[in-house]
Amino acid sequence: MAQVEVKQGIVSGRLAPDQYAHNFSDLHPPLDRHEAFVEADRCYFCYDAPCMNACPTSIDIPMFIREIATGNGMGAAETIFEQNILGGMCARVCPTEQLCEEACVREEAEGKPVRIGLLQRYATDMAMAEDRQFFQRAAATGKKIAVVGAGPAGLAAAHRLAVKGHDVVMFDARPKAGGLNEYGIASYKSTDQFAQAEVDYVTAIGGIDIINGKALGQDFTLPELQEQFDAVFLGMGLGGVNALRAENEDAEGVANAVDFIAELRQSGDLSALPVGRRVVVIGGGMTAVDAAVQSKLLGAEEVNIVYRRGKEQMSASEFEQDLAAAKGVTIRHWMAPKRVLCEGGRVTGVELAYTAMVDRRLQETGETLVLAADQIFKAIGQTLNGDGGGLELAGGKIAVDEFGRTSVPGVWAGGDCATGGDDLTVTAVAEGRDAAEHIHAALMAR
Amino acid sequence: MERAFKAGWGGVVWKTLGEEGPPVVNVNGPRYGAIFGADRRLLGLNNIELITDRSLQINLQEMKQVKMNWPNRALIASIMVPCEEEAWKAILPLVEETGADGIELNFGCPHGMSERGMGAAVGQVPEYIEMVVRWCKQYTRMPVITKLTPNITDVRKPARAAKAGGTDAVSLINTINSIVSVDLDLFAPNPTVAGKGTHGGYCGPAVKPIALNMVAEIARDPETHGLPISGIGGVTTWRDAAEFLALGAGNVQVCTAAMTYGFKIVEEMISGLGNWMDEKGHADLEAITGRAVRNVTDWQYLDLNYVAKARINQDLCISCGRCHIACEDTSHQAIMKEKDGKRHFEVMDDECVGCNLCVNVCPVDDCITLEAMAPGTVDERTGRIVTGDYANWTTHPNNPAAKAAEPAE
Repeated sequence: MAQVEVKQGIVSGRLAPDQYAHNFSDLHPPLDRHEAFVEADRCYFCYDAPCMNACPTSIDIPMFIREIATGNGMGAAETIFEQNILGGMCARVCPTEQLCEEACVREEAEGKPVRIGLLQRYATDMAMAEDRQFFQRAAATGKKIAVVGAGPAGLAAAHRLAVKGHDVVMFDARPKAGGLNEYGIASYKSTDQFAQAEVDYVTAIGGIDIINGKALGQDFTLPELQEQFDAVFLGMGLGGVNALRAENEDAEGVANAVDFIAELRQSGDLSALPVGRRVVVIGGGMTAVDAAVQSKLLGAEEVNIVYRRGKEQMSASEFEQDLAAAKGVTIRHWMAPKRVLCEGGRVTGVELAYTAMVDRRLQETGETLVLAADQIFKAIGQTLNGDGGGLELAGGKIAVDEFGRTSVPGVWAGGDCATGGDDLTVTAVAEGRDAAEHIHAALMAR
Repeated sequence: MERAFKAGWGGVVWKTLGEEGPPVVNVNGPRYGAIFGADRRLLGLNNIELITDRSLQINLQEMKQVKMNWPNRALIASIMVPCEEEAWKAILPLVEETGADGIELNFGCPHGMSERGMGAAVGQVPEYIEMVVRWCKQYTRMPVITKLTPNITDVRKPARAAKAGGTDAVSLINTINSIVSVDLDLFAPNPTVAGKGTHGGYCGPAVKPIALNMVAEIARDPETHGLPISGIGGVTTWRDAAEFLALGAGNVQVCTAAMTYGFKIVEEMISGLGNWMDEKGHADLEAITGRAVRNVTDWQYLDLNYVAKARINQDLCISCGRCHIACEDTSHQAIMKEKDGKRHFEVMDDECVGCNLCVNVCPVDDCITLEAMAPGTVDERTGRIVTGDYANWTTHPNNPAAKAAEPAE
């Protein structure tokens, strides 16, 4: 990393101008043709393949890899998109080391799984570069379906519904579609405006209108949608952010990690994006890692992730934790924020309490530590915006059954806003797709 | 040749001299095609090259020089001239004059030269082989090695003919007629020369099994047993060389492997063969040469009372399931995929016929093995006790031509 200029406070331009592009380039450069062939050759084409069973969208992984190996890249892309129309993004952001690649028998055999994610990217990139579409819409059904939230769940649902011949209108609160793919993941995982390219690729099927800047509860209500549409799918994610519940939480310099990540993703000039000299990120998930690593890449001198439990409980994958460590981020376990320290309303540090499990309850030990900081990011989880508007909730999320049905007839939900998922893009895709199948079945049975 | 000798090769076959006059011409486009394994590992190569396209005089001068520089290495001249006594009579003294240690009669090349009545066109007619070998023995004092083509139905016939003509040895196999692949844009065979292709000669690791069988056939044929054999066909490692020796070859020739990796591979072959012989206590090549020949027999003499079952080592198993699906779809449905509700692969002895397919498709070395059942145990598939007594097809009750038992040799 380039020399860090010692500038106090939250300032921009900490790096040499040419350093930004390098720091935020593709985390995993794509495989070229030769690399893809060599990697594809490693696949054993397992029977009832464990990788496929580990994939939330059940992509036929051995088949698409075999198709790559035989020079049939388009066939591979079709195999992937049949199950997961957002296969391109999932190839980039899936924690493969916890899913398909963890299940790969080569992981068992030699500790080196077939690089399934990169192979998936190879095939999907190839098809998307040629704008090759694999699906045709069925005859028009005359049914109209509202999809709220144009993120992974909504896009997957909209595409499947469009394939079935329904017309879809998507509403999204943000100026651009894509949801967390566009606003919520680290830049180095989705370079070159990939999220928007993917939205265009998915909607190219036709029959999908996207209306941006419209939020449920603000610009329209659920009953209004029910009145205008034959069915509603809710996939608006979690718009709220959990509070630290620590003293001085609203001091200048304390921000939501998700906002920082979104701002960074939308920034046209990273050198103009301010970041603290000493950054503390509170939380243990992917968002915490994305915010911490990107702070470091923007030139922060010292970045700490503080998590109140141990390494094993972190929801960030082992790979993400290693990535953070490799980029110079320090992860401190068993510590919880007690008080934000500030001078003149500005953050100067954070007082942390050491924690431990006592009688199966997380408790402070009484010892404390002060970390100097001029910027603190909160990454302790997101919440559903609003009260659910009459929908039954469970654990702060919209309660759904195995088909994605909510407590209100005619309304389905999936992705992060609904129960049952694990906050992964790929799971949201699976839920959106499967809810669409059920919506279709329900509408056509009428 | 100099580089090969410096790398440690014991001898070279200088391939292939034609008769005096304007030399042959080769195509100026692609001459080779290949098939590949994983990571473009070259498994099979074919060629449409002809014999040397340099003049006979230059070849002879160079051979003489090389032989002078390396007097203790073998130099064999490969020769292909028309099936006329005068042609052979003319070239043999010229070759002899170089100091070459012997000649190899190229009766094998299946492409190009065979259209002109040479190469495989001779090797496919035992009478011609015998005739030419006889001429060579008549017109030169040099030892004669007759190189055989595999493009025949029974390799013993040309070997017998070569022996009848007085050959000192046979070498085999030459390349196999092949179209290595088809260019699906041009709709033409590879290698494609200006839109057309022709069959070539196939060689490399892919042909080794064919070569081993043919070497063994000659080695165990009572009419040619004891005839020196030079083994050729896909020899790439010391292990390949050892296998050819075990089946009766006195030495081996290597071409494709050197073409793929360069001459340096001989270092591995020398050290590998030496280490294996030391490890197994084989004092010299005599100890291994031909040692497997007596174990090559006809199917009818195989022991039908021998019973083996596949065994999957669960500690080594990586649960890829290939053994299961191979057995399930194309063999005897003898490998379970689940046990106690969990993914688990295990052989069911009451279905296993011991076919070895699972062993061959398993990606993990030694994970699945075929184990002989001990005499006295019961084969669950047939319900019969394994006797341990040898019995073959010749005496089997299902054989309408059954007769009294014959030994395996």
